Amino acid sequence: MSGGTKGTVAIPSYAAPAEIVGLRKPAFIVGGIALILCAIGWVVNPTQFLQSYLIGFLLWCGVVLGSMALVMLQFLTGGAWGIMIRRPLEAATRTMPLLALFFLPILFGMRRLYAWSAPGRLTGHQAQYLNVNFFIIRAIIYFIVWGFLAFILDRWSLEQDRNPGYSNTRRLQLLAGPAIIIYGFTMTFASIDWVMSLAPGWYSSIFGMLIVGGQGLGALAFIIIIMLLLAHHELMADLLQPRHFHDLGKLLLAFVMVWAYFAFSQLLIIWAGNLTTEIPWYLHRLNTSWRMVGLFIVVFHFAVPFMLLLSRDLKRNAGGLAAVAIGLFAMRWVDLVWMTVPEFHHGGFQISWMDVMAPIALGGIWLGVYFTELKRRPLLPIGESNLQNALQHGDDE
Amino acid sequence: MYKIPTLYGLIAEFDKPEQLIAACERVRENGYRCMDAYVPYPVKGLADALGFRKSRVPLVTLIGGILGCSGGYYLQYWCSAISYPINVGGRPLNSWPSFIPITFEMTILFASLFCVLGMLALNGLPRPHHPVFNAPRFALATRDRFFLCIEADDPKFDLRGTRLFLEGLHSHDVTEVLY
Repeated sequence: MSGGTKGTVAIPSYAAPAEIVGLRKPAFIVGGIALILCAIGWVVNPTQFLQSYLIGFLLWCGVVLGSMALVMLQFLTGGAWGIMIRRPLEAATRTMPLLALFFLPILFGMRRLYAWSAPGRLTGHQAQYLNVNFFIIRAIIYFIVWGFLAFILDRWSLEQDRNPGYSNTRRLQLLAGPAIIIYGFTMTFASIDWVMSLAPGWYSSIFGMLIVGGQGLGALAFIIIIMLLLAHHELMADLLQPRHFHDLGKLLLAFVMVWAYFAFSQLLIIWAGNLTTEIPWYLHRLNTSWRMVGLFIVVFHFAVPFMLLLSRDLKRNAGGLAAVAIGLFAMRWVDLVWMTVPEFHHGGFQISWMDVMAPIALGGIWLGVYFTELKRRPLLPIGESNLQNALQHGDDE
Repeated sequence: MYKIPTLYGLIAEFDKPEQLIAACERVRENGYRCMDAYVPYPVKGLADALGFRKSRVPLVTLIGGILGCSGGYYLQYWCSAISYPINVGGRPLNSWPSFIPITFEMTILFASLFCVLGMLALNGLPRPHHPVFNAPRFALATRDRFFLCIEADDPKFDLRGTRLFLEGLHSHDVTEVLY
């Protein structure tokens, strides 16, 4: 059954609405102004700038890689939820080259950021892994692998549009399995390199999965906000129904829970083990004023969204669901602050204006490119054989 | 003198789902509330036309979850801190982080048990027999006919009046359903 044969929902060209693409300009303007402010911050206090920049990079890196993971998840599991959001997700994965560009300041500033990069700081096995050259080589490998996966997934998806056949769908499904494992491995190592190594003596085996879970949550929250914007304009306004938001809401609840599961597992294992090599990470956070940030995360990154997302009515209300998604996206920033900043300020809570400005700067520029990418493809995968099902899915509810 | 009820209601048969939905709406507009529709497959909009209210299953589930959560935690607290306190490596007797996994699982267990049992208690299942099965043509409800039954318990129910009303709704074979 190819698109349109049922004749119940007409298939137009599915171009992104001009109003959405028009958001490009304000995004670039806000991002540009924030970037200039950050440049001033860099001149005044380069160390602080890099610490803040890392938070901004990790936040938007999470959206891009989380989007890629959700695309792969959709090919693996099928399901109508993923077909409706596939094109907005793919638009995010096409910004991978920009993400690599965003990484350059970290590469050049790593000596200010990572204590281990000082010569002679680490010895033995640790020094063989955590050293400047190998860090750079690994970063290049990550971006080549991610860029390749994003490129192939996007290219084959486009070919499916032009030639909707079983073989074009099948190869995407066959790629997605190995690809999601590769993503899990590379992101685990990348999170060790970029985040965990801020505390070079500390390790947690679930840390990579915690970052991966956060990326999935951040990407899904971001896409829900984008879907709300799309639902306000012609074309998608008729197609996006409460049931589609209901599906996304259910998935968002699952991601909130999986993130909480990873975050709590890490605390429980380290707390129960009570080893001197493992507990400093939590001592810096729980025995200082950082504790309040931790409490804030428990309440607003888990408890409140969890309770809200239990409600069926809220999940079926696009505006309400998007409000929760905006809150969760903001909490992704708080969580990244919690993961990184206490390593720079062991004494207690401290935050810089640049911790806010750098994510805005990178976000503005990234969103500008994102909206450009969103325009380049039909908003729905028109070659997808299940598209009609997805559009009508759950009609009987 | 108490009279044993012998009449369950009046059932009307329809050929098309659209007729059934229109009939449901008319019946509700006329003030009837105790009724149900029987159809061979899910009919879009039927639940709305019948004035289907939300069930209390979510509330029962929530209560089960809260009971499981507090009960699960208290069970561990009572064992470890009150009934048989043991010092394990200097950790506090009320070691809340290690109590969380079981608390969580008890929450899920009790929420799901309350959900299933509450659903059965509220909808009266399992139920091997139902009076509508006595209607002569009711077997067609699993094939290609659509039925609407107004129950005798309805305050507006009146055997003659309701029958005339149902017959005026493009239905046929309006029959009495006996216990």
